[in-house]
Amino acid sequence: MIPGKVIGRVVPAHKVESLKGVKFLIVDPIDEEKEPLGKPIVVCDAIGANVGEYVFIAQGTEATFPLPEAFNPSDMTIIAIIDEVTS
Amino acid sequence: MKLAKVVKHVVATQKHPLYKGLKTFMVKPLKLDGTPDGSTFVAIDRVQAGIGDTVLLLQEGSSARCIMDNKKMPARSMIVGIVDHVEIEE
Repeated sequence: MIPGKVIGRVVPAHKVESLKGVKFLIVDPIDEEKEPLGKPIVVCDAIGANVGEYVFIAQGTEATFPLPEAFNPSDMTIIAIIDEVTS
Repeated sequence: MKLAKVVKHVVATQKHPLYKGLKTFMVKPLKLDGTPDGSTFVAIDRVQAGIGDTVLLLQEGSSARCIMDNKKMPARSMIVGIVDHVEIEE
């Protein structure tokens, strides 16, 4: 699971039927000091995250489980909003 | 499985329902000499690890689902052991 910061939204004009109602966000992965790594990715949102929040992402097959439609083509999905990172 | 170091505790309130009650850590993969190898990521703790521990890290979806005993668990990275020491023979 990759930690990251939400830096923007993607609004698709068209998308496959099975991703209907799913929000797309742009996330920049972060390191343990919450510093963005500068390699943004587009992810699906299953939790209701917003721009500016820190989140973590499920990748691969696991990314399809949290979305409303059971059979969908997602490979990265936000599954949690990070409140804080403590040492 | 990989060797990794536990670096930070990740606190999340709003999360997938199946993550309820699970402890999550930020972990850093390690090379055999103890230097970092690759970027940090989030892992679920199954063995009561603590910050600074060297741990055994599972990075495979279906094994993670087996451990959680749930076919719909959206997790891949899991801490499955705490490393005491590593011996390498030439």
